[in-house]
Amino acid sequence: MDVKEFHEVLKILESDARTSAKQISDMTGIPRAEVSKLIKQAEDERIILKYKAIINWEKVVDEQVWAWIEVKVTPEEEVGYDAIAQRIYRFPQVASAFLASGTYDLVILVNGRNMHEVGDFVAQKIAPIKGVQEVTTHFMLKRYKEAGAILNGEEEVKRQPVVL
Amino acid sequence: MSTVSNRQQVRQRPLISRRANQLSPSGIRKFFDLLASIEGVISLGVGEPDYSTPWHISEAAVYSLEKGRTMYTSNLGMPELRQELAKHLKETFCVEYSPENELLITVGVSEALDLATRAIINPGDEVIIPDPCYVSYASCVILAGGKPVSVCTREEDAFELDAAEVEAHITDKTKAILLGYPSNPTGAVMSCESMAKLAEVALRHNLIMISDEIYARLVYGVEHTCVASLPGMKEHTIFLGGFSKAYAMTGWRIGYAAASREIIAAMTKIHQYTIMCAPTMAQVAALEALKSGEESVLEMVADYNRRRQFIVKGLCDIGLSCFEPKGAFYAFPSIKSTRLNSEEFAERLLKEEKVAVVPGNAFGSCGEGHVRCCYATSLEDIEEALTRMRRFVNKHRK
Repeated sequence: MDVKEFHEVLKILESDARTSAKQISDMTGIPRAEVSKLIKQAEDERIILKYKAIINWEKVVDEQVWAWIEVKVTPEEEVGYDAIAQRIYRFPQVASAFLASGTYDLVILVNGRNMHEVGDFVAQKIAPIKGVQEVTTHFMLKRYKEAGAILNGEEEVKRQPVVL
Repeated sequence: MSTVSNRQQVRQRPLISRRANQLSPSGIRKFFDLLASIEGVISLGVGEPDYSTPWHISEAAVYSLEKGRTMYTSNLGMPELRQELAKHLKETFCVEYSPENELLITVGVSEALDLATRAIINPGDEVIIPDPCYVSYASCVILAGGKPVSVCTREEDAFELDAAEVEAHITDKTKAILLGYPSNPTGAVMSCESMAKLAEVALRHNLIMISDEIYARLVYGVEHTCVASLPGMKEHTIFLGGFSKAYAMTGWRIGYAAASREIIAAMTKIHQYTIMCAPTMAQVAALEALKSGEESVLEMVADYNRRRQFIVKGLCDIGLSCFEPKGAFYAFPSIKSTRLNSEEFAERLLKEEKVAVVPGNAFGSCGEGHVRCCYATSLEDIEEALTRMRRFVNKHRK
């Protein structure tokens, strides 16, 4: 496998996951079958984890609530933070989870239908876990940018249609 | 004696100067008007990046405005910008220029080109230019009182300017060769060997090379040859460059000229009386671009390259044979299979399928038989344009 070609395919998919194998082939000169093989390989090796859309939920009636939750924990012997992190991130309500430096150890992103649902989840599922010392929940008020995409207020700049 | 007859005499004089009248009216005006009247057009006629300026570059200019940095700079441009530019030119193109007196910051390459021609051309001097080429070259030569002499470049020669043909067009009036590679409109890049041969001709006949290298950073899988870096050429070259294309800064209007002290001094005289200095905020942005814009340049180049390969393959697939452009962001396919001339092709394609391309003859008579398609536009639009062009070509193929 050509590492450069592999990176090129990944970069194209990262900027638009819907780019087809044929399009990628036309853009790179890598044969279509080879592109498909590289994508399959990336999926198998869990280099590509998932294909998902970035959605501006604020424009949809069915709004969701997001919270950024800082969790201070006591690391366990031998497994350190990983075991307790796993106990937390296995809940489907947890969209992302990170180990962080600083005042808190774990930072997790949680979503729910409303504040109650998220509050209950934190109080009933996260806080009681053995080793969790402290939980701080920050509800998100407004989303400006998500995965590199600016949600609102980005106007398209018009170019001169023909310049010689 | 009477004021009435004096006034009549004044009125009889033509309003517009002979020099302005000498400039050929833009034949493409009609096409622009047509374009403006149609909705839903996909334009492959643009001539600039589809990116906005990388934010850190814009931010540097915004910050400078907040600090009140709104005064004139030195005529030559900010000293720190010239310092950084000298370093950049040495690292990127292996050419050494003194920031003190061999570099001039200008209002885009456009101004630099105007200054260069006015600084060296006397009335009647001839300047050799490639055909097809960027539309300003002939006009700048005419405005400076010179005579442009076109040398045809052809697809079968990869649109390179051939040294032997240039030499055949040299007369005792020839003063300079004005060229722009990577080329707008063809996307051609001159190989180092071809450029060296051309340089030899310039040296042999004591000509100046005015080299517009605005697209120098946009090359794909090949090296750009900087004319001034060739042996003995620095003193014979006026090297023009800018920030518009590589850093997506077209609207900032910021470029530069690099040449011998004597030439820069002459250009600076014209610049100081006509322009004063390039806009200060644009100079601040250019400095930031040179200092930390490299990563953005490489990212954009990688992305243009993907679209370049996509459009070239697409054009060939629909039956418009396309020379592989190795630079800039234009493809220049042949439209001969349709038996339409380039103006008919562009006008009908616009009317029938709402795709705008630029007729090749807008860049000189040797551009006939081709159209210029800019691929600095979204992949989606390129794909849709190709679908529409496929329909069009099938309908008109003889």
